[in-house]
Amino acid sequence: MRPAIIRSIVAFAVGVLFAVGLGVSGMTHPSKVLAFLDVTGNWDPSLAFVMAGGVLVNFTVFRRALRRGAPIVARSFAMPTKTEVNAPLIAGAAIFGIGWGIGGFCPGPAIVSLAGRSTPVVGFVAAMLGAMLATDLAARYGRRRPSLPAVARPEYPSD
Amino acid sequence: MPHIPFLAPIIGGLLIGAASSLLFWFNGRICGVSGIVGDLPSAAAGDRAWRLAFVAGLLAGGAGLAFFRYDLLAVASEQTVEASVVAGLLVGVGTRMSRGCTSGHGLCGIARLSRRSSVATVVFIAAGMATVFITKHVLAGGHS
Repeated sequence: MRPAIIRSIVAFAVGVLFAVGLGVSGMTHPSKVLAFLDVTGNWDPSLAFVMAGGVLVNFTVFRRALRRGAPIVARSFAMPTKTEVNAPLIAGAAIFGIGWGIGGFCPGPAIVSLAGRSTPVVGFVAAMLGAMLATDLAARYGRRRPSLPAVARPEYPSD
Repeated sequence: MPHIPFLAPIIGGLLIGAASSLLFWFNGRICGVSGIVGDLPSAAAGDRAWRLAFVAGLLAGGAGLAFFRYDLLAVASEQTVEASVVAGLLVGVGTRMSRGCTSGHGLCGIARLSRRSSVATVVFIAAGMATVFITKHVLAGGHS
């Protein structure tokens, strides 16, 4: 099988597993996320345990994978190349955090929750996708020097 | 079975970690939802299929949850449509500007010990907490 097809099969399986993990963790519920952010109220630390579990697995596996030298079905790791802590990073994270605090949704759980077909979720995802496109267009045409992509995209030539 | 506090969040977190680890181990890609989705329009032709497959997987996983455990999905009564649309706009702009969300910066970036991701995660959690403080305890007078 062509590596590109295997990569897509892996990505599909990863998406399913990711969705199930989000569901099991409870983070598909905005009320659970908002309860984590409500530190001065009836604080629910669940989200911290989700993050800790995920980071622990990633920390262990990422190191082993990098030591291996290359991924199994790609030529190289696509590592983010930016290292500078700059204004767009901080402003963007702050804007994202405000939206997260208003809606209780971040991109992953919102997309997973589309299956529930509730109007607020559909509204959130539609607005998010539109805003993503608009932000990219503004970055491309609004500046003389377009911003570089944070992730160096590896080439997958005819393999 | 004895009651273990926060068992579900821990198991869910481990599953999410396993998913992002698989993507890195096999495909060499960071499992950041906002990046995988947001870079779709600008990605090179050969770099698109896996992104679509990942999104299809998220939707399929969500459909599975809807079928077996509908209670795990967000219900309409949790949020108003207006608040959700405003939130979606901010999340869309913010994640493109900072190039990452909870998964890319939070779960993968911190695991890579990335300074950018660590700063971003602290900032978005702090901003989220400040926002909830204002909406819940200042604007709503602490009664909701």
